[in-house]
Amino acid sequence: MHNRRRNSEKDKNFKEDILKLFNYIKRYLPLIIPSLVLAFISSVFSIIGPDKLKDMTDTITKGIMTGIDLDKVKSIGIFLITIYSLGAIFGYIQGFIMSTVTNKCSKNLRTEIGEKINRLPLKYFDKTSFGDVLSRVTNDVDTIAMTLNQSFTTLVSSTTLFIGSLFMMFKTNYIMAITAILASIIGFTFMGLILGRSQKYFNEQQEQLGNLNGHIEEIYSGQTIVKLYNAMDDASEKFDDINKKLYISNRKSQFLSGLMPPLMGFIGNFGYVAVCVVGAALVINNHITFGVIVAFMIYIRLFTNPLSQIGQAFTTLQSAAAASGRVFTFLGEEEMSKENPSKKLDKNKVKGNIEFNNISFGYDEDKLIIKGFSAKAKAGSKIAIVGPTGAGKTTMVNLLMKFYDIDKGDILIDGISIKDLSRENVHDLFTMVLQDTWVFAGSIKDNIKYNNKKLSDKEVENACKVVGLDYFIKTLPKGYDTVLSEVESLSSGQKQLLTIARAYLSDKPFLILDEATSSVDTRTEELVQNAMDKLTKGKTSFIIAHRLSTIKNADLILVMKDGNIVEQGNHEELLKKKGFYAELYNSQFETVE
Amino acid sequence: MLRLAKKITLKQLLLIIISIAFVTAQVWLDLKIPDYMNEITKLIQTKGTTVKDILNPGSYMILCAFGSLLSSVIVGYFAAYIASSFAYGLRKDIFNSIEKYGMEEMKSFSTSSLITRTTNDVNQVGMLISMGLQVIIKAPIMAIWAITKIAGKSFEWSLATGVALIVLSVMILIIVLVALPKFKKIQWLTDNLNRITRENLTGIRVVRAYNAENYQMNRFNDANNELTSAHLFTSRIMAIMSPVMTLIMSGLSLSIYFIGAYLINEANMMDKITLFSDMVVFSAYAMQVVMAFTMLTMIFILYPRASVSAKRINEVLDTKSSIVQGDKEKGLEVGTIEFKNVSFKYPDAENYVLKDIDFKAKKGETIAFIGRTGSGKSTVINLIPRLYDATSGEVLVDGINVKEYKEKSLNDKIGYISQKAVMFKGSVKENVGFGKKNDKKISDKDIKKAIEVAQAEEFVNKLPNTYNYSLAEAGTNVSGGQKQRLSIARAIAKNPEIYIFDDSFSALDYKTDFVLRKELKKYTKNATVVIVAQRIGTIKDADQIFVIEDGKIVGSGTHKKLLKSCSVYKEIALSQLGEEELKNA
Repeated sequence: MHNRRRNSEKDKNFKEDILKLFNYIKRYLPLIIPSLVLAFISSVFSIIGPDKLKDMTDTITKGIMTGIDLDKVKSIGIFLITIYSLGAIFGYIQGFIMSTVTNKCSKNLRTEIGEKINRLPLKYFDKTSFGDVLSRVTNDVDTIAMTLNQSFTTLVSSTTLFIGSLFMMFKTNYIMAITAILASIIGFTFMGLILGRSQKYFNEQQEQLGNLNGHIEEIYSGQTIVKLYNAMDDASEKFDDINKKLYISNRKSQFLSGLMPPLMGFIGNFGYVAVCVVGAALVINNHITFGVIVAFMIYIRLFTNPLSQIGQAFTTLQSAAAASGRVFTFLGEEEMSKENPSKKLDKNKVKGNIEFNNISFGYDEDKLIIKGFSAKAKAGSKIAIVGPTGAGKTTMVNLLMKFYDIDKGDILIDGISIKDLSRENVHDLFTMVLQDTWVFAGSIKDNIKYNNKKLSDKEVENACKVVGLDYFIKTLPKGYDTVLSEVESLSSGQKQLLTIARAYLSDKPFLILDEATSSVDTRTEELVQNAMDKLTKGKTSFIIAHRLSTIKNADLILVMKDGNIVEQGNHEELLKKKGFYAELYNSQFETVE
Repeated sequence: MLRLAKKITLKQLLLIIISIAFVTAQVWLDLKIPDYMNEITKLIQTKGTTVKDILNPGSYMILCAFGSLLSSVIVGYFAAYIASSFAYGLRKDIFNSIEKYGMEEMKSFSTSSLITRTTNDVNQVGMLISMGLQVIIKAPIMAIWAITKIAGKSFEWSLATGVALIVLSVMILIIVLVALPKFKKIQWLTDNLNRITRENLTGIRVVRAYNAENYQMNRFNDANNELTSAHLFTSRIMAIMSPVMTLIMSGLSLSIYFIGAYLINEANMMDKITLFSDMVVFSAYAMQVVMAFTMLTMIFILYPRASVSAKRINEVLDTKSSIVQGDKEKGLEVGTIEFKNVSFKYPDAENYVLKDIDFKAKKGETIAFIGRTGSGKSTVINLIPRLYDATSGEVLVDGINVKEYKEKSLNDKIGYISQKAVMFKGSVKENVGFGKKNDKKISDKDIKKAIEVAQAEEFVNKLPNTYNYSLAEAGTNVSGGQKQRLSIARAIAKNPEIYIFDDSFSALDYKTDFVLRKELKKYTKNATVVIVAQRIGTIKDADQIFVIEDGKIVGSGTHKKLLKSCSVYKEIALSQLGEEELKNA
């Protein structure tokens, strides 16, 4: 159904997209060409078939009263069975090769998309939904695979059949040939008229399906609120409305698309009848033999089938063009800027000084989030960043981690600009824990070790003890081997502790905690904080937190507002200033009454 | 699948029967065509036939072809009607079932799975119905009818047809048996690849921060390889289908003519012409039978998918909310909440989440619950609007057990604000004036006032179109803090007797949190407020604070009292405020 919608998209890019696809599969030509040749040969066999069958019929009719030349019948029979068998074998070899090519190609496409994900700048994902990328990996690649598997060979064999049967028909008898062609043309015009109108309903159906999806997603995920606010009737009403529209467009499009096979059947029947009647007339007038009718009864099938198959191949080719357009656009997206790191910092030798030098940055070019930010962090100090939501705190982390490139200004680590360092090198220096916990489907152990395979189970256990997760994990039936599936087996707080344990084990000179403890209760937080403090002793750490208690003992507090530092200093100094920080801080003690 | 079939309405059933009649008519017409062909063949072979003689059966043939088209169009129309109206009804039933679910049922399915069940799974079933009516019913009718027509004409020809059918069936059976299990596996492998890709996307910052791109790619490649080899296996097997089918069809025609040559040769003079025309017609019928058989393979492709979908749909329809409504509409008191010895555990769990909770809140009071993550504090308040029911003990609102209320009446009393703000596609106004109170829409005046109290007026006024600004699905075009303020405004607009804040303030910074609570207090003097919070600052003005630890109340009283009497509370307070601030406060 997806395909239908895509069909309607302008054909403008069709050529371009298909060319890209052709370009991509060029590498498989050594396999594709033999397969196409085989498809061609087996089609030729199918065309020779009726001609020979005609000879056989004629041999029979000729001898019907006098005695049939059975030896001739036998030899024709043997010849026919040979080419039929060869045709089948070639057909299978062809199918085997094509499915191999198709699967290789779709596997490579998927791999390339997978790799591309890791090379794209984060900026890309700010604008694209994950669902969109996911549908490229599966739906679009599947569509392409299906087309490759069917359309190309269909096009070759159908064209061969079409031209071949046309040739044979005219060779056998031109009046019959014209009859067959006229009958088909009448049928196809009829079909074209009906199907031309159906596109509209397919688009409509797709649109209503989208509306329905959007509505139920909201209602299902906010079901508690819908229920408690007595909004169920409203939601049902809206659902009924969309559901009804969907039903109507669904009925229409289904009816129209369902017309295709009977119409094809009609064209076949109509052609068959026309050939029979005209053929019979010709036989009576002794223009042709009866064998010709038999041959034409098969030719008409060989002739009409490819026509509709070519038509179908073109529609699938169209959806494949749209799909490959999406895939290749994704593969062609601008990647993270090329790096030529001129310097490298050894994570074991880094002192830990960081300097922000007049940084400006915006996610959109015309909307700056950070404006002229400057600060210095001494080695081993604890730097806190506070401020209201949207002040640009998390953006600072994104820049520090080189997730985004700075527009203006520079960040220096031990005096070296991060522009001179590779991203990998920068990432190697920082341990980062984010507010959004991230675990993957796999055992708890694997989740904590992650890509650090050198870690022993003992170390994992130790880290969990430090963050206070060990006891809980051991109460699980399978302990550290418990698989975290999509079904929630850990609370959000526990997941957070797990990511902290993961971070704990990656021993790096800098530490970033971005609201890392917000879903953990305050006492556990303290526990984790102590562990982290131990870990980061002598290391520079950045902490972003809502809870001001967490950051009170920081060496330097940067107070951000609207993309800029409005105040900086330690807790006492900032309180004395009676500025924005003091206001924020004191608001937690004010009484309502 | 059969259980869903019970949902077919009388009208649909009637149309199904009519469709079957039309399918039969269509088959009759299709099979009539070779009969006329037989007539023509005989005429041709008879000396002295003129073109005129042929035109008669010829025009009947065309009539038959057209009639066949007409009846298949009618069947197509009915099939589309039946399938889409059935799907419509099914979607409606599913939606209505899900809407009534309690939190427990919602949690047992995931939202995304419920969505696919409402749309994709229903589509699969609809497709089976529509294809079923057109193809699957037609195939056996066609096969049987055509067989009866040719049976008895000649043993040798029937034998040839029989052999072809057996070879065809065996091939289809083998392919189905070998490939079908793999098809199911492919579905799983696709999901797996999807999941890994999704993980890579959602954790993209983590992946990069850990330089784990290769690790991630290895997982991806493993899944990709597995998927590809499963695909390769099935598509190589399916590739057998078409060449063998062509071979069988052409082979059958050939053998009928071949056998025919011998039969005619041996027959006596009189029978020769009949036999010849029989041969031509027989090959046409045999072809119809083989075609009908190949159409039957559609069942093997569509049915397994549809039956899995039907199972998933039935799961949704069979799940009924465990919450049963009462019939009371009014309470005995106003604005009171009382827990009498309430304990709670999840149905299948062994341990109690809450144990012996006892408290009473009077009209106009603010009560608060605090405790560590997982202590059960949110569960306490979820019992008030019956998101769950207490396992033992009683939860009373306005002096009456919540189980005795009509659902709507209980909901009218309560303004519930969830931890994560929920927004819907629609204007700011629609979102704040969401739902109904006493079966009436919320007035614009109340909406405006609510937005003001919830400290949302300033940012709403800055939005283009202000109150009519349309929020995107899930409210993605406003910030988290803004969403939370709107969701608080939604509760205020309802003007309920009881407010329930499930940790709803933590998305706000301290200052907004404070001002909002101050304004709220002014505006809702008579309302009872229940707050669950992590921050001491948010709750320390409450009239009663309950400290929850491992599902039990371990301390209660005011902030000052608890600081002295409750060690757990003091610990929490200290971890947030420090010794000095506590003294000052």
